[in-house]
Formats: sequence, C-alpha cells, structure tokens
Amino acid sequence: MNIAIRSLLEVQETTLLVAQAARRLFRRPAYIPEAITQMDVIGVGSLPIILLTGFFTGGVLTLQTFPTLKYYGAQDQTGYLVALSLVRELGPVLTALMVTGRVGSAISAELGSMVVSQQIDAMRALGTDPVRKLVAPRILALLVTLPLLTVAADVIGIFGGGVVATTLYGMSSGTFLSSVRYGITFDDIIGGIIKPLIFGIIIGSIACNKGLQTEGGTVGVGRSTTSAVVTASIVVIVVDFFLAKALQVILDMPAS
Amino acid sequence: MATTNLEVTDAAETSSTEDLQVSDAAADSTFAEVDDRERIKPAIEFRDVHLAFDDRKVLDGLSFKVQRGETKIILGGSGCGKSTTIKLVLGLLKPDAGQILVNGDDITNYTEAEMMKVRKSFGMIFQEGALFDSLSVYDNVAYRLHEQGVPEEEVEQEVRRMLHFVDLEDAIDKMPIELSGGMRRRVGIARALVGGPEVVMFDEPTAGLDPPTARTICELAIKLRDLEDVSSIFVTHEMNNVSYLTSEYAAVNEAGEVIFEKEGERLCLTNTKVLMMREGRAIFSGTDEQLQKNDDPYIKRFLHGR
Repeated sequence: MNIAIRSLLEVQETTLLVAQAARRLFRRPAYIPEAITQMDVIGVGSLPIILLTGFFTGGVLTLQTFPTLKYYGAQDQTGYLVALSLVRELGPVLTALMVTGRVGSAISAELGSMVVSQQIDAMRALGTDPVRKLVAPRILALLVTLPLLTVAADVIGIFGGGVVATTLYGMSSGTFLSSVRYGITFDDIIGGIIKPLIFGIIIGSIACNKGLQTEGGTVGVGRSTTSAVVTASIVVIVVDFFLAKALQVILDMPAS
Repeated sequence: MATTNLEVTDAAETSSTEDLQVSDAAADSTFAEVDDRERIKPAIEFRDVHLAFDDRKVLDGLSFKVQRGETKIILGGSGCGKSTTIKLVLGLLKPDAGQILVNGDDITNYTEAEMMKVRKSFGMIFQEGALFDSLSVYDNVAYRLHEQGVPEEEVEQEVRRMLHFVDLEDAIDKMPIELSGGMRRRVGIARALVGGPEVVMFDEPTAGLDPPTARTICELAIKLRDLEDVSSIFVTHEMNNVSYLTSEYAAVNEAGEVIFEKEGERLCLTNTKVLMMREGRAIFSGTDEQLQKNDDPYIKRFLHGR
C-alpha cells in the first residue's frame, strides 16, 4: 500500500471516528463525569505550560519587533503588532501545539496501552462502546478547553509583551495598552476562537485514532504516540494556513 | 482417524437436531419432562467459519457446537486460532465466511449495537485478566453494574458475592497493580461472572501461573460448570487443565462446603468435551478418553510431548 492510499485511509478512519463520537455524544448513557474529568486533565492540567509559553512568546515578540518599529518611528504600534500576532496566529497555533505534545501524546499512549493489554476488548466484551466511553469525552473536553486555553495564552502573551515593552524599552503601559485596544477587532477575536475549536477536533480525533489502532505491544504504543504527536502537529499547522485564508474571506478581514 | 471422530460427532448432533424439528408435536411431551426446551439449542455453534488476516489463514472452515451447560476445551498450539475463535463468538472480530450462532440466532452479520446486547449474556476472561488499571478491584468487578446504573447497595452486594466466589474478598479496595498474576485472573473471573452470564469464555486463564494457582482457576471453571450450570469455552494448551476439567466434578457436602471429587472408572459426571485445533481447523472433537486413544501423530506428540 503506497503512502497516498495509506494517508487517505487514515483520513477516512479519523473522520469516521469523529462522526461516530459526535453521534454517540447524544445517546445514553452520557458519560458526563468522564468528560468533566478529561476537561480537568486537559484544561486545568495544561494551564501552567500554556501560561508560561504565552508569556514568553508575547515577551519575545516585543523584544524582536520593537527595535524595527522604532527604526520606522512606529514603536507606539508595538502593542498592536503583539496583540494581533497572538490573537490571530500564535495564540491558537502555539496552544494547539503545546496541547498536542502534552495531551495528544497522553491520550494516544493511554488508549494504546489499553489496546495492547486487551482492556478495550474487555470493555467491548462487557457491553461498553469504547468510542462513547473513551473517545467522545476526550474530543468534547478538547473542544471546550482549547478555546479557553487559547484565550488565556493570548491574554498572558499580551501581558508578557507589555512587561518587556515597559521594563526593557521604557514604553508607558498606557501607550502599549491603547495600541492593543485600537489594534484588535471583534473579528480577530472570533477568528482566534474558531481556530482552536477546529484544532481541538483534529488533536482529539488523531490522538484517539492512533491510540486505538495500536499494534505490536509496548513498542507499538511508543510508535502510535510519536505518530499521533507528529501527525497532529503537522495537520494543525497545515489546516491553520487554510483556515486563516477562509477566515479572511468569511470575516472579511484585510488580506492585503 | 481424528477427522472421522469429528465427522461422526457432528453428524450425530445434526441428526438429533433434525429429528427434533421433524416431530415437534411428539417432542412436546418429552420437553415437558425435560422442563426446558431451550436447552436443546446449542449455546454456541460455528458453521464452516473462515477468517484470514491479510494473506494468513487463521481459521479454515471451523465447525463445532457448545451445548447448554457443557464445557468445551479448545486445545491447540500457539497461533492455531484458539483465541481468535472466542473473539469471534463475542463479535470482537468478524468472520470472512461461515456462520456463528448463539442460542440458535445467527449473529454473523450483527452490527456493533446488536452485538452489545448479545454480549450481555457472555462473560469473558482474558489471558492477563485485562483489568482496568485506573479502577480498583471493586470498580472493576462492579463495572457492568455501574454501566447499567444499578443502585450502589445492590452493586456492593453483588461485588462481594462474586469476590467471595473467587475467594478474594480481602482485595476489594486494592488496585490491579497491587495484585499478583493469579489474583488478577480471579478478579477477571469475578468481573466476567457479574450479571449471571449464560456462557463464560476463558482465554488461556492459567498461562504463566504456578500449578496451585492454575488448579484454583480450573476449580472455579468446574464450580461454574457443575454448580452454576454455565456453558463455557476453555481455551488452553496445558494438559493438566484438561485433566482437571475432564476428570473431576464439584459437589456440595453436608456441611455446605464445595468439594472436588474424581470421577470413578464407571462413573461419568463431567460435562466436558475437547476440541483440538491445528492451523485453523478442528482435527479432533470428542471426550478426553477418545483424545487419549487417538492415533493422530500430531495429537500424540501434543499429549505426550514427543
């Protein structure tokens, strides 16, 4: 089987898994406690690394762009540039990549271990649908928590940019904040929240599918975990490009 | 010789079923005496089942029946399709061709949702126990009842009863990681028995266990057969398992204790048959006495190691 057919098959299987999970989400028994547990593990558990990443990303954006903007006499626009970069692109993508590394790998490894130790078979033998019990709550949890984590990353990133601008470059916090406020539109924020919704589905479905497809014992678990993180990261970045273009058209954002 | 045995057994089973279908009216009176007409239908039946993974044939025309209350030992070397057979019964795998019947219903083309209902009448014991790592022994055994939303008082009562059956009441609050291999299998058995399954399937339950623990697992299977009237499929490649299951029976003595006794020369109380598989096919079906007397060189080598 060549790589193109294999990739197409994977896309098909992942899409089917999402469709199955979506259908089972509304059937009884609803696994609400499982979904809430996953939201805690995925959302609350990822918050520290998201805040840390967001803060330093905002800081380094200011660090790199302020001198250039100053050269053109536009240093007042630093807040605008930092906020726009974070809300439109870096916030959603960086959060998605961090969550892929932390949560996507954990989901894939957990489900993969359950497959090789026959726990998934045992679950089915005991009359429970693993898609409903394991996949649907995880995708739902990512769908709810990823936009929230992204907003947290955006806010702390802007704060980090402001800290660097005021402490290292002597910019007043009022100037920085006003350029942030004038720079970002409502559409930017909406676009920045739509993206993580899509990324949440991508990360959840790829990680769950790779985990459930695990073959070959503990070595297989390692393989499926690596594959889940690599595939989800690449898909997030590629989809981000097309999503950015689609949002420009849909939300009528300036494309040039 | 072995194949002939199989054909003879199957032919006898088929003809007896046909006789019953032909003379329904006459049979009514007979069934009234037997008190359970349903018992005539095999609990599980395989009809010419084929399965291949890519180019590798796993099952090649497998046919057999498990009657109500009977224990069928599926014997064979590694990779001969034993575990695959019980996965097919549970619908965890689908055959490429042939039919699988459970209680007379053809489940071959059942959807996953339909199979979920069928699985409620099965109990499955996996090779390594397959306990849920994140759940305690109590929650593992209670799993099926929790899924069905049974009130907690009833759940606790049933869990304690099942753990008493496998003699593991002390481990109720432990996590699977704290248990030995034998204890894990016994918790697996307790979990499989919750809800009173009609058929229990053991997938090499004694593999890697010391002889006394393996003996305990076999005793549980004998208790299920003789005291609980449960049909079972017991997949194994260990001959001492076969010896226990085919030569001993469980009874309750006057003190109310379960005792295990060996059947005598002329007394046959064990409802256990052996099915021997090789390369996805049944090469023998019958009693252990017939198996011991079989002339097939492969069977002889399997039984005696040379």
